[in-house]
Amino acid sequence: MLSFEPYGNPTYFALLGVAMIPLMIGLLYGKRSRLYETLISIFFLVLTFGGPKWTQGIALIIYILYEVALTWGYAVYRKQKNSGPVFYLLVILAILPLTIVKVTPAVENGQASLIGFLGISYLTFRAVQTMMETRDGTLKNYQVMTFLQFMLFFPTISSGPIDRYRRFEHDYRTVPSREKYLGMIQKGIRYIFVGFLYKFLLAYYFGTILMPKLQVMAMHSRGGFMDLSWPVLGYMYAYSADLFFDFAGYSLFAVGTSYLMGIETPMNFKQPWRSPNIKDFWNRWHITLSFWFRDFIYMRLVFWFMKHRIFKSPRTTANVTYIINMLVMGFWHGVTWYYITYGLFHGVALVVNDAWLRYKKKHRASVPHNGFTQIFAIFLTANLVCFSFLIFSGFLNTLWFTK
Amino acid sequence: MDVKETVLSILSDLTGNDVSGAMDDNLFDSGLLDSMGSVQLLLQLQSQLGVNVPVSEFERSEWDTPNKIIAKVESLA
Repeated sequence: MLSFEPYGNPTYFALLGVAMIPLMIGLLYGKRSRLYETLISIFFLVLTFGGPKWTQGIALIIYILYEVALTWGYAVYRKQKNSGPVFYLLVILAILPLTIVKVTPAVENGQASLIGFLGISYLTFRAVQTMMETRDGTLKNYQVMTFLQFMLFFPTISSGPIDRYRRFEHDYRTVPSREKYLGMIQKGIRYIFVGFLYKFLLAYYFGTILMPKLQVMAMHSRGGFMDLSWPVLGYMYAYSADLFFDFAGYSLFAVGTSYLMGIETPMNFKQPWRSPNIKDFWNRWHITLSFWFRDFIYMRLVFWFMKHRIFKSPRTTANVTYIINMLVMGFWHGVTWYYITYGLFHGVALVVNDAWLRYKKKHRASVPHNGFTQIFAIFLTANLVCFSFLIFSGFLNTLWFTK
Repeated sequence: MDVKETVLSILSDLTGNDVSGAMDDNLFDSGLLDSMGSVQLLLQLQSQLGVNVPVSEFERSEWDTPNKIIAKVESLA
């Protein structure tokens, strides 16, 4: 039986193209066929989770039923009551499967958990977001069918972008005007073609051709200070380029396909290598994830800390929360020393960044600001980010701890 | 004090700048507000004006200039 990674090969794109045609004709004539959308969703989900990967398919079905029960149950409960402990308990239950999947390899010698499947984290983010907005009272008309479509929207199921329930529902319930939809088709197709360039040319070059060579060279050049060498530096840049082009390419496919389906899934990258500082970097890199962390962890924790006056100064509150926020993100990537160090690195970087921005604001007259400092800031930020990706890559683990 | 004056005084406390001369400038782009500042703003609105805004109601693009914030608060007050 056929089985594919989403957007993995030409056959997938050929099937995608064919499947889109009836849907696009429908949208051009102002019609959205729920039935057809559901059928192609199921078709592509079976392609991704069926055949040799059927155990993942079963895990996905059970997981979805579980999250529907939790979110639906909470939506019904919230209409009557609003107790804190019930909410926290349900959020913990919603995160539980993901936690098990992330912790299992660390305690079982790298073995993957049976309940895991491709995209479980991205679905968990969507489910938790739905619950939090239900608690806030901003999401009032939770509907099981819409929630299912939101969770199982096949273009974004495996790795995001992470949409929001209310935003998705709005697009899903309406049909764009023909003029608007034509613009979306144009954009969608352009995104998909830029995606080809990113993923199949650039990421292929950096990831498949350059990276393995540099890796071998770096392993041969061990023995110096912390086993560092020029090839390690080369690996750092090649890995960063691969990570960016691979993920940005995938995200462009996902957003492009969504646009063809008349859904404006948010963009995931906005020229991240132009960021003048780390704080701005997180507004441009894996945007839907960092905004999810901003809105559902950072801001909420800050709100809670300030309301209960846990820390004396707002500055301490912000700093402590930066560290917690980024550590959680580190742990989310997986329970290994290098992911957690990566999170800590970015937490500390944000604290330092904020201190610098405050200093600059206070001493505006004495801190120079010109074209050169701007380029220097961009250069410094890009290199700090690449260094953090070297930690993230786990290559240092291979470099230091393998014979 | 009316809503406009109160919002402006909260904003000038938070940003350290008098923003009344730049009512349509984007506070996030200029670096005057960030996530931390947003939360402080919500807490101040609650304590000074009794306006309750849950965090998930805070869609950044709807709160990014002094004028937009005042309009938002007036619609909620």
